[in-house]
Amino acid sequence: MSKTVNTEALVEDFLAIPLRDRLTLLLEFSDNLPALPARYADHPDLLERVEECQSPVYLFVEVDEAKEVHLFFTAPAEAPTTRGFASVLHEALDGASAEAVLAVSADFPDQLGLSEAVSPLRMNGMRAMLARIKRQVREKLA
Amino acid sequence: MPVAFDTAPQHAEYAHPEVLVTTKWLAENLGTPGLVVLESDEDVLLYQTGHIPTARKIDWFTELNDSVVRDYLDGEGFAKLLSEKGVKRSDTVVLYGDKSNWWASYALWVFKLFGHEDVRLLDGGREKWIEEGRELTREVDPVTPSDYPVVERHDAPIRAFRDDVAAHFGNPLIDVRSPQEYSGERTHMPDYPQEGALKGGHIPSAKSVPWAKAANEDKTFKSLADLKTLYFEEAGLNPDDQVIAYCRIGERSSHTWFVLTYLLGLKNVRNYDGSWTEWGSLVGAPIVKGDAPGEAPAPKR
Repeated sequence: MSKTVNTEALVEDFLAIPLRDRLTLLLEFSDNLPALPARYADHPDLLERVEECQSPVYLFVEVDEAKEVHLFFTAPAEAPTTRGFASVLHEALDGASAEAVLAVSADFPDQLGLSEAVSPLRMNGMRAMLARIKRQVREKLA
Repeated sequence: MPVAFDTAPQHAEYAHPEVLVTTKWLAENLGTPGLVVLESDEDVLLYQTGHIPTARKIDWFTELNDSVVRDYLDGEGFAKLLSEKGVKRSDTVVLYGDKSNWWASYALWVFKLFGHEDVRLLDGGREKWIEEGRELTREVDPVTPSDYPVVERHDAPIRAFRDDVAAHFGNPLIDVRSPQEYSGERTHMPDYPQEGALKGGHIPSAKSVPWAKAANEDKTFKSLADLKTLYFEEAGLNPDDQVIAYCRIGERSSHTWFVLTYLLGLKNVRNYDGSWTEWGSLVGAPIVKGDAPGEAPAPKR
């Protein structure tokens, strides 16, 4: 049984705390972004670059036989906001069904209450990450 | 009482060497009374991942910009912000940040809108400090609030508005964006989202000198000779020119403003912070596409 997407729980977590603490929470996500497994770490060519992000962030999406989605990201330590966004998406979507991932609102990044603290270009980058994940999921289902 | 200037020989050739400090100087002077170190980054979380000991964070987006109007803080807002940061009007402020001090230069320019006397940049910024293996910490020391006076923002000497640009035609303009933004192929930096302006291209007659050309590989500023070649020989500026620099929202052009003003010593350089996100969306504003600067229209005074 696939895990459910927990976008709502994440939105609640972020909105329950003041803005300053939201950034600290995002930093915790950034620190905890899972490292790439060797099969991708050794083959950066397999990863898709998120062109819309200001920092070099790459992602790869797997859809397994049970149609569960698995996400892999890499972003440099000097881009903690980007890493944080990737890690939030990982927490929200990794292990969920393809169907559930495709049903996630494109507005999810805007619901986290970060746009007062994070520049519009950055928020755009996170939306783009989500859009690229969904596109890869669709391609892999086809 | 300003903290003693850095007399590093590599800065002596610049017009105003007192506005730069080396990483070595900063490491030796951390904790000196009257010295406040502020980090200004593009990435809102970067400071929290580790910063120069004693440094406080200043954020361009949430702190220096007005939260409603497209503008900077007013005098009261700036006084409140700096009081909270524990900065006194007489303090020596050293700014540093990511991306070759791009955002630190922006913060420095805003400090100068309020006439803060002694603001310096850490040459090479955050990257050079880290590259040299110098100490970083996540410790944030408690700040004793200060009583920074309310000083009205004084835009005219270093800030250009769109009407100033229209009146400036015939004098040099420097476009510091990427070549693709200049030609109109795109309206934002390579690898950044398409965002911000409805039309692509550049302000007629502006010369293209991407801002990062003024920085070395190690993020320090280029030598005076290299800067003279870049701006005087290649871009055709003269030391007594009046210049306006612009980019997308005025941050990259702050870096160029700093170089022209403090390193080359031009006396009349303004930063057009409305920049391409304003000009490229203005109804009827003249635009040139392609690689050539194009002719300056008649100035509108």
